[in-house]
Amino acid sequence: MPDTSTWRPRLPPAARLRHDQVRNTDVLLLPERVIVLHGSGRAVLDLADGTRTVDEIIAALAPDPVPDTIRDDVTSFLNKLHTEGGLR
Amino acid sequence: MTAPTPPWALLAELTHACPLRCAYCSNPVELTRRSQELTAGQWADIFRQAAQLGVLHTHLSGGEPLLRQDLEQITRSAADAGLYTQLVTSGVGLSAERLDALVDAGLHSVQLSVQHADARRSDELAGHPAFNAKRQAAALVKERNLPLGINVVLHRHNLDALDALMELAVAWEADRIELANTQFYGWGLLNRAALMPSREQLAAAGQQVEGWRKRLDGTLEITWVIPDYFSGTPKPCMGGWGAVSLTVTPDGTTLPCPAAATLPGLDAPNAIDGSLRWIWEESPAFNAYRGTDWMPDPCRSCERRTEDFGGCRCQAFALTGDAARTDPACSLSSDHAALIDLTRPGTPPPLIPRRPAAAGRLRARTALQVP
Ligand code: SF4
Ligand code: SF4
Repeated sequence: MPDTSTWRPRLPPAARLRHDQVRNTDVLLLPERVIVLHGSGRAVLDLADGTRTVDEIIAALAPDPVPDTIRDDVTSFLNKLHTEGGLR
Repeated sequence: MTAPTPPWALLAELTHACPLRCAYCSNPVELTRRSQELTAGQWADIFRQAAQLGVLHTHLSGGEPLLRQDLEQITRSAADAGLYTQLVTSGVGLSAERLDALVDAGLHSVQLSVQHADARRSDELAGHPAFNAKRQAAALVKERNLPLGINVVLHRHNLDALDALMELAVAWEADRIELANTQFYGWGLLNRAALMPSREQLAAAGQQVEGWRKRLDGTLEITWVIPDYFSGTPKPCMGGWGAVSLTVTPDGTTLPCPAAATLPGLDAPNAIDGSLRWIWEESPAFNAYRGTDWMPDPCRSCERRTEDFGGCRCQAFALTGDAARTDPACSLSSDHAALIDLTRPGTPPPLIPRRPAAAGRLRARTALQVP
């Protein structure tokens, strides 16, 4: 698991973010996989361009002060995606 | 009837022609002639329809898709339709110029087949001096920063090289390696006895895979599936019949799974004659084994029926002669004992290389005797 204080998540070159019009949802496309993005998943990944730390991504999306639930949700979402090869 | 949920993926078999002669090839025994192949324009229409139906991924496959001179045009039409495109290739014929043209056309990712980690053994298994081309193809793909997947079909003759195959994947900087144990359909079924691994071989390979998983810690994605001949639980064929993906063969025949061409009486629709939506939602072939209504005992009342959908129809047909029986790979199937007999060690017969002419003579040998 990456160190979330210094990690600047970014999508691997293989990944494509798309809106799936048929299912009316956002998806992350990888070579052998489709990850369906719920809730603010797309908004988080739009910010995961390798320039922002996890804290900076959270700060850009959440009200100030950041509620713990949002911090936890976004962090675990990013970590899970990293484990599945959807983030670097 | 409620419409089935949309498909996610399209396997586009652009040609059955292939310079390789793998004995495990899952292509049908009766290969489509080159003169019957769909045109690039017909493929473009299929990709557009597929995208409208909900397909997100297409695998440009074969045979060897690089044998299509118009592969660049075909790739561009798939990318233009909004599909994520993956080239599935042996690497033979993938020059720098060709790959640049494909990337320019919108290619997203490449999957390369490797037969063995040792150049000589690999060429023997492929029936073609292809190993060097594969090594070069891998380097070209990585130079262009495309994701590289390596696919190895495993069997008796290469399972013992699993460590070396993993070393190769690391050295070639692959992003993924798919260690797929042979499926026994098509040519693979003709060669079943020659390909069948031993239980010991499989157990050893499984442990090696675990070791590599720990060592690499996610830097290289590893897919490893124990063959269902040995696990006693059948695989959900393609995630269920007509549930996840469609296969379009070189002449436009459209199937719920690549091996389904072998099923008699399926009356497979053709994408040139009917819309892909009709084929997916309404055609008798795609509804033949969809869901759970068609199921025999013991599947009908089994609690796993919505997980594995009774296993693989093609395997059931190949081994019992009846596509509607429970998959013999299931330990609850009355045909399971006969299947287990097939996994017992005997003298493995020689491999029969994939070539069009050998078909008729051999087909009769493939069915299990079912009382
Ligand atoms: S398995 Fe081998 S022979 Fe068969 S299509 Fe693939 S590369 Fe060609
Ligand atoms: S009986 Fe049928 S549904 Fe149950 S596990 Fe076996 S194949 Fe699957």
